[in-house]
Amino acid sequence: MAERTQKQKPAPNRTEETTQEAPPVAASGEKLKAELDDLLDEIDDVLETNAEDFVKSYVQKGGQ
Amino acid sequence: MAIPKVCGIETEYGILVRGANNDSISNPVTASSLLINAYLAERQRRIHWDFHDEHPGVDARGFQVDDLLAPEVESTLVNAVLTNGARYYVDHAHPEISTPECLTARDALVFDRAAEEIVRESMAAVARLLPAGAEVLCHKNNSDGKGNSYGCHENYLVAREVPFSRIVHQITPHFVSRQVVVGAGKVGCEMPGRTSLEVPFQLSQRADFFEEEVGLETTLKRPIVNTRDEPHCDPMKYRRLHVIVGDANMSETATLVKVGATAIVLAMIEDDVLGDDLELANPVAAISQISHDLTLRRTVLLRNGQRATALELQWQLLERARKYERSHGLECVGADVGAEVLGLWEGILAGLEREPDSVAHQVDWVAKRRLVQAYAARHDARPDDARLKAIDLQYHDLRADRCLALRVGLDTLADPADVRDAMTQPPTTTRAYFRGRCLAKWPNDVVAANWDSMVFDVGRDPLRRVPMMEPLRGTAESVARLIDESDTPAELLARLGA
Repeated sequence: MAERTQKQKPAPNRTEETTQEAPPVAASGEKLKAELDDLLDEIDDVLETNAEDFVKSYVQKGGQ
Repeated sequence: MAIPKVCGIETEYGILVRGANNDSISNPVTASSLLINAYLAERQRRIHWDFHDEHPGVDARGFQVDDLLAPEVESTLVNAVLTNGARYYVDHAHPEISTPECLTARDALVFDRAAEEIVRESMAAVARLLPAGAEVLCHKNNSDGKGNSYGCHENYLVAREVPFSRIVHQITPHFVSRQVVVGAGKVGCEMPGRTSLEVPFQLSQRADFFEEEVGLETTLKRPIVNTRDEPHCDPMKYRRLHVIVGDANMSETATLVKVGATAIVLAMIEDDVLGDDLELANPVAAISQISHDLTLRRTVLLRNGQRATALELQWQLLERARKYERSHGLECVGADVGAEVLGLWEGILAGLEREPDSVAHQVDWVAKRRLVQAYAARHDARPDDARLKAIDLQYHDLRADRCLALRVGLDTLADPADVRDAMTQPPTTTRAYFRGRCLAKWPNDVVAANWDSMVFDVGRDPLRRVPMMEPLRGTAESVARLIDESDTPAELLARLGA
């Protein structure tokens, strides 16, 4: 990652730049997508059963 | 040369009691006390924080709930120091842990993670005491979504001679823009006048709550730069910069970069190499503008009339940090840690620019947004659907089986064995070492402790106070053998020449 070209003032609508590393990003992207799908499958078991009640009941005192 | 950037993190945790018939337990102050006392009862004697307090707090093990709710406990806000040198206490109706003083951001990460584990163990300990069906939930977050916010504060050692006005002007652009890297994300909006439908998701938990550029307040009209001046060490030499603007992070990468990058920026300010040109025209407006903009393309106005995105500001700071590394070195933050932080910082900025989802394994707001948006798409949920807010809250849930942050593929950087050790053992490279070792070895004889002193009972009057005004004295290198070879505090003090 440290070999990546440094930016001075990057323009917002740049075309995609050439980078030295290609597949690592794609590979980890695929892995993350699979993990996300898995999580979405099981999330309803993990999420609070009554989301509305839970969110409503989640009240904190102001702190620092 | 910049002085070592000794640092630490204080986290106020959200707390919620469910299924308790006893109203007094549901009160967050009582619940927080219960939580902490349950942990202490199982783990160690309660050594009272020295708050100009009269009574030493020593109590026995084997508490029942009623004992923990005894009048003495209720009227004295629990305030304990742990054998790892941390402070565990009730602050404004929240359990709070201040990590011990750390020499580097890496240590701060390990001790921040240890603090999470301490809270988890506290939840388990209190569960063993409560009646069936009752539970205490804790969250490592910064708001309840209803306009109430609580903090995750950072502390950094800075040379006293640095003019405070320079710090204010030159750290503010970093405080306002760093949320693109270290923001924890939030479903909805708590800014007066803007609704959650207008701002369904934002980068930062805390941005909506900042109303001033600089000031002393911490609970209302919060300032981007806090002027609290309680160094807890030699005030002639040192300033402790108390930072209240950040989010609590679940991502270890984010915690490391949050503390590490800020330490490096402060070092540049201390050595007066950063300059004023990044100053913002209106930091208070900018902090929420940046938080509410998920495109990362919104520009904010600088004092000099130019405009810049938060990413551009961060790139500028990183570039100057790289230059500073070459010209001055990064010894003041730990050369290796500094290099690691710069590498991670750069990688995240590049990733955010190219494709934000590519840093979902490092950046909390990206990980959270991915999850919220994917869930909303799958279930066709509106932006104000309670399930999306529930996801936001549960991202920070400290119950290991419910915590969503543990399931989204975030990188872990801290060795779990180091985290485990850090729950009970102090850092070796700051005065926290002396504090933690003495507490562990002589729990019955340490009457009280705080950041800059400890009070020992040496078996006869008077009690002996040992000042600890130097954050870097009392390290393992200087006192480990002394402590190992002393059987009693009296002996230790004799050897210290006190």
